[in-house]
Amino acid sequence: MSAHPPSPEAIVDPTATLTSVTETVSGPILHPPWPRLWLAGFAGAFVVTLGLFAAIGWLFIRGVGIWGINIPVAWGFAIVNFVWWIGIGHAGTFISAILLLLHQTWRTSINRFTEAMTLFAVACAALYPVLHLGRPIYAYWLLPYPDTMGLWPQFRSPLVWDVFAVSTYATVSLVYWYVGLLPDLATMRDRAASTVGRRGYGILALGWRGDARHWAHHEKLYLILAGLATPLVVSVHSIVGMDFAIAILPGWHSTIFPPYFVGGAIFSGFAMVLTLVIPVRALFRMEGLITLRHLELMALVVLTTGWIVTYGYFSEFFTAWWSGDEFERFVQANRALGPYAPAFWLMLTCNVLIPNLFWSRRLRRSVPVLFGVAILVNVGMWLERFVIVVTSLHRDFVPSSWGMYIPTFWDWSTFIGTIGFFLALLFLFLRLLPAISMSEMRGLVIKAKESGE
Amino acid sequence: MKTAYGVMAEFSAPERLAAAVASARRMGYTRIETYLPYPVPGVAQLLPGRPSPVPLAMLLGGLLSGLGAFFLQVYAARDYPLDVGGRPLNSWPAFVPITFELTVLGAALTGVVTFFIVARFPRLEHPVFNDERFHRASQDRFFLCVRSDDPRLGSTSLEELRSEWGADSIAEVPA
Repeated sequence: MSAHPPSPEAIVDPTATLTSVTETVSGPILHPPWPRLWLAGFAGAFVVTLGLFAAIGWLFIRGVGIWGINIPVAWGFAIVNFVWWIGIGHAGTFISAILLLLHQTWRTSINRFTEAMTLFAVACAALYPVLHLGRPIYAYWLLPYPDTMGLWPQFRSPLVWDVFAVSTYATVSLVYWYVGLLPDLATMRDRAASTVGRRGYGILALGWRGDARHWAHHEKLYLILAGLATPLVVSVHSIVGMDFAIAILPGWHSTIFPPYFVGGAIFSGFAMVLTLVIPVRALFRMEGLITLRHLELMALVVLTTGWIVTYGYFSEFFTAWWSGDEFERFVQANRALGPYAPAFWLMLTCNVLIPNLFWSRRLRRSVPVLFGVAILVNVGMWLERFVIVVTSLHRDFVPSSWGMYIPTFWDWSTFIGTIGFFLALLFLFLRLLPAISMSEMRGLVIKAKESGE
Repeated sequence: MKTAYGVMAEFSAPERLAAAVASARRMGYTRIETYLPYPVPGVAQLLPGRPSPVPLAMLLGGLLSGLGAFFLQVYAARDYPLDVGGRPLNSWPAFVPITFELTVLGAALTGVVTFFIVARFPRLEHPVFNDERFHRASQDRFFLCVRSDDPRLGSTSLEELRSEWGADSIAEVPA
């Protein structure tokens, strides 16, 4: 808390003890019945996930022609959704790694949950480039392996960088999450009443017993993994930005892209965290662990990164105008006045105007307002990727090669399907694993007690 | 004593455990283990032991993986040469992103493997799990265990140890 002015509100409920933290977090998982809302939510998400499988199955049978993509707009929803999902994932790593290194202890009650969000968002994101390949069975050609054709991936291409960036990001996020989860899995093992629970959690806990020497190694490992994850957040979305920036297409060929993409990723990711955490803390009665102060701090991050994104938009327009380049100027004018203008203006409303509500302390402490703004930012950031991908491609240099992109039923069902898949995984996570790091909360509770005395 | 793993004392607060560890060290015990539900600052430093090898292993793993990634790309650029207007084949700036990514990946994986090796994970069975109180070591109790191979163990009675350390309970752990 050192970086914040002292607040009258605590990050932890002052009545919490070691026993109560363990009970609050692990109790709802271990003691049935499961809430009806959970069952309904999981069932709904599962049905939508089946829709995703159907959409992917049909894609495998018929090929990418079932989507609305064609020349000139060959990227379409697949890339829009890829960038959107991977951006959402970045908030999880930002919260768990960067805020850990900055000693922002308020992160402790949300980091586990947001790391899970990262993993599931990256899983959704990683689907799209593979589905978009056209011949997904050859996805392994992206990897450098000694093949009989004597070929190599083009290591100078950002698209190949992306393969390495996303797979490293997914692996390191998983490792970091699992290492942090080990002590809590041991708690679950020791508290589970059923044999299945004891054995299942026991195997996953690998025999963790809380030996102080193990803790010492564990703390070192966890801290260095956080240090590694920090530049990873920046590098992954920078590389995604370069996928665009290295092409010579007007509206993409811009040096602002890598930093502007990273800012946008954290902006959209925090909005997604708010969207998910607000219902979860109400459903599982975790208001004592995820307090209004947490939500307020996240709202401030949304406000700050919103201004970074605003600067990105300004810079794109200014550079286009200042360059004097006819095509650059046209792309920007076409974004604001062309056939996709509604998406553009809605994007500006959601990303530039709406987050400024958070200047008001009263509004950023109102849960309905937080939730509404978070949803709108999610929409706005999806539209941003749509505007970048589609409006740049659909009218480039020669008017004879212009065209329109109209998403088809299968574009939409794949997109909505991944939302269902993401939510289904989150529902399972909430039911099976402790959503708040109990071991880290224990340290915080003891510290709060000591400073209170 | 032969059949026991050691003697385990239970504490309800971290500062009482830390005081007991210091006391046990003063009394000359050397084969001490502590079990904590969260990393209590300072406790690991009270115990004899070498510094963690994890950071050095991660550094080496990262360097090795990064160098491997860089030279793989250099090799590929020569093995399948693409002459673009006479530009150099070894276009190293374009190889930086993948070198960076694989450095991070190599360091992270080496770190986890090293941690598993030094902690001897996975090890699902361990004598301390035989103690009936031990399930709370992962929840809200703190434990101090003196192993049977400690030469000083047995010179003081359990009841004396309990009152000396201020433990809530003390008992032998079957092996």
